[in-house]
Amino acid sequence: MNPRDSSLSPSPSDRRLSALARHLISPSEAGSRGGADVISRSLASSYSLAGGDSVFSHVSRAPEDPILGVTVAFNKDPSPVKLNLGVGAYRTEEGKPLVLNVVRWAEQQLINDRTRVKEYLPIVGLAEFNKLSAKLIFGADSPAILENRVTTVQCLSGTGSLRVGGEFLARHYHQHTIYIPKPTWGNHPKVFTLAGLSVKYYRYYDPATRGLDFQGLLEDLGSAPLGAVVLLHACAHNPTGVDPTLQQWEQIRQLMRSRKLLPFFDSAYQGFASGSLDADAQSIRSFVADGGECLVAQSYAKNMGLYGERVGALSVVCRTADVAGRVESQLKLVIRPMYSNPPIHGASIVAAILRDREMYNEWTIELKAMADRIISMRHQLFDALRGRGTPGDWSHIIKQIGMFTFTGLNSQQVAFMTKEYHIYMTSDGRISMAGLSSRTVPHLVDAIHAAVARAV
Amino acid sequence: MASAMLSFASAAASASASLPVHENLKGKTKIGSVNFGSSVQERNPFGKTKHFGRVSMTVAVNVSRFEGITMAPPDPILGVSEAFKADTDEKKLNLGVGAYRTEELQPYVLKVVKKAENLMLERGENKEYLPIEGLAAFNKATAELLFGAENPVIKQQRVATVQGLSGTGSLRLAAALIERYFPGAKVLISSPTWGNHKNIFNDARVQWSEYRYYDPKTVGLDFDGMIADIKAAPEGSFILLHGCAHNPTGIDPTPEQWEKIADVIQEKNHIPFFDVAYQGFASGSLDADAASVRLLSARGMELLVAQSYSKNLGLYAERIGAINVVCSSADAATRVKSQLKRLARPMYSNPPVHGAKIVANIVGDPALFNEWKAEMEMMAGRIKNVRQKLYDSLSAKDKSGKDWSFILKQIGMFSFTGLSKTQSENMTKKWHVHITKDGRISVARLSSAKCEYLADAILDSYHNVGLPEIGQQ
Repeated sequence: MNPRDSSLSPSPSDRRLSALARHLISPSEAGSRGGADVISRSLASSYSLAGGDSVFSHVSRAPEDPILGVTVAFNKDPSPVKLNLGVGAYRTEEGKPLVLNVVRWAEQQLINDRTRVKEYLPIVGLAEFNKLSAKLIFGADSPAILENRVTTVQCLSGTGSLRVGGEFLARHYHQHTIYIPKPTWGNHPKVFTLAGLSVKYYRYYDPATRGLDFQGLLEDLGSAPLGAVVLLHACAHNPTGVDPTLQQWEQIRQLMRSRKLLPFFDSAYQGFASGSLDADAQSIRSFVADGGECLVAQSYAKNMGLYGERVGALSVVCRTADVAGRVESQLKLVIRPMYSNPPIHGASIVAAILRDREMYNEWTIELKAMADRIISMRHQLFDALRGRGTPGDWSHIIKQIGMFTFTGLNSQQVAFMTKEYHIYMTSDGRISMAGLSSRTVPHLVDAIHAAVARAV
Repeated sequence: MASAMLSFASAAASASASLPVHENLKGKTKIGSVNFGSSVQERNPFGKTKHFGRVSMTVAVNVSRFEGITMAPPDPILGVSEAFKADTDEKKLNLGVGAYRTEELQPYVLKVVKKAENLMLERGENKEYLPIEGLAAFNKATAELLFGAENPVIKQQRVATVQGLSGTGSLRLAAALIERYFPGAKVLISSPTWGNHKNIFNDARVQWSEYRYYDPKTVGLDFDGMIADIKAAPEGSFILLHGCAHNPTGIDPTPEQWEKIADVIQEKNHIPFFDVAYQGFASGSLDADAASVRLLSARGMELLVAQSYSKNLGLYAERIGAINVVCSSADAATRVKSQLKRLARPMYSNPPVHGAKIVANIVGDPALFNEWKAEMEMMAGRIKNVRQKLYDSLSAKDKSGKDWSFILKQIGMFSFTGLSKTQSENMTKKWHVHITKDGRISVARLSSAKCEYLADAILDSYHNVGLPEIGQQ
């Protein structure tokens, strides 16, 4: 290749060759100039910039996202008995997506309001939405709120809140390691890694009991470096559905405070897990009650059915109002170069519902109905498996909470169920209870029974 | 028992809610009595043991983990609106943010947008997650709008289109793609450019440098400087170009100049990277405003284009836009799209549906589409009228012989007045005309009625305050 002045950036062809070299040659050679030159020389003759060559030739095809990819595969399947138990999106008993009545009500209100405009929101989002979201998660009488120690910024649902929080910590917090439970939502490690944090795991799920590995959790958090960030699922752990008891939460809290570990709560299911908004926020509130600091990512995707509107909030509970003000100003610097300011529609719906007594009550009723249907599905599946005599202890299905059940099925069993029974789920054995109905439980039971019974 | 402790704690905590934590440092304590329960209460010199009824907890009243964080300065552009809000003078004008105003200085929601939203509500569409790449109907519509439905790049499926969070979000996705797949590559941005461009590339960890663009002597384009700087850039650099209505100057290259820009970009194997925030809004014609993009793509170049519907459809707060990557093959486009998705997923998972559906509904319906074009012509027309009025006012009042015609030659939402930082500050402090410090005014927020007052402010600032500094931004 052309000799290059080292002060100039590499040419596009150099870059492509370096990228190729990294893939083709061994790690020991890859770092050296010599390795790249070897590849350069051998490819130079067949390599031409002209004649339709693309600057993107070195860009490989990414595999489908493992979770969202399940729906992609499901959509392609022509089978009439196919079942999508992949994504955590609620379905009615008829298997249809649901838009809550109260959401339609709110949207009608918004359309009827002639004074509404579409001007840019502030960088931190809709102020009323932020206030109401903080009250919802922390409790309206939370000392942290009353003392103005919380900054809440509207973000793009749970993912966006986690990403903004992660970027903020990577820039402003002294400890750049975040401990996440094993297992956790598939997108967590990617979000935090791209945010600039390094990801470590703490033990969480015990496959033997299909419950919480509490000892392992305490040990791992106990040996984390002082001040490390710890991701906690506020309720309805995804993917396992296994939550600590209140007693266990209290022990976790004390351990974390004694080691100054910084809690970062992911709250994606408030009200959706137990049916009670307050009960599902208890873990967070007990941490805030001790006066300490924490971050909370809130999502309205599930509990208000606002999935595609991308509504959520990041709260940072600080020791003082002054710190909270400064933190907020720095959150704005993360957000502005990412997307400038958040989308208005979903936040307006949430604000309309939370601020109005009647609408709020209507919401809690519809929310409880969704949670109850899921709990009912759990019982139906459990009873059906027991009735069928499917080998194994399936009681974890009714012990776990929230949208998902960690069935304990392995990836080969899952693949079998997809191929033979057209059941779509993630390969870790997680099923979305929200995707089940009384009508489809028998088909799922057939599939599980067959998968477990075959000699694998 | 544990739950009883917890409920005690939360009840007691709310009871003492009126005591701010930091005041406790002065030693106000106890209702005090029994230390009930758990053992892990550290003896912390910074801690204060508060007694709430029968439960004691160490409220660690030590220093915040975020104590060292400094207050960030307000955003230079969005901060103008904040300052405007705080200004109590009745003559105040907000000529900062690029958001269109009617002659009555009211925000404007396009009629066609209201129609689309009504349709959407009537249809009772669901709110399921969009795919990571966004609404398919929107992606198709937006690419066709930009390139023309008959364009070979569309017909040959060579465009990777991913819905993004308006212009900013689309630029950020592109920057992330550059960082990952073109490590060491530089982006060249115009001097000056939209204030947030630098922040986007900085946060994405992409190097950037500037090419000359604005010539303060002519209040026009420094074309020779632009060409020279693009030529001097390392081969394979990304050249950020404003598709039309350059922000902040309002100065666009002529079609002949675009040809020469295309020549030098091809010569150096650079990759054009367009920011198209004003298609249809600049001249009033969607096709005319896309001419620069279409010219370069007709040359067979691979290029990137970030689009926004904030201005041309007035969808500011809905955050709707797209990143388009034109590749030399359909296969490359497929691969690039898959990698853009991989970058979007850990940022926000999938984009918001509302704005995308509005755009798809409008573009997909011939009657609505025509209505949109008419409303866009109206908005662009009002801006042109205001430019004329401002020019007339300035020329009539200014006896110095200064040529203000650049106001008419510039195009789009903004005008670069040529005012220096100090002169711009005078505009705000003395005249309560809020503008960004680079002398940029948002003519889209100006009414004909206010042109006289604005002309007075500009003339006073220009002639009576400091010296216009050459090259001052």
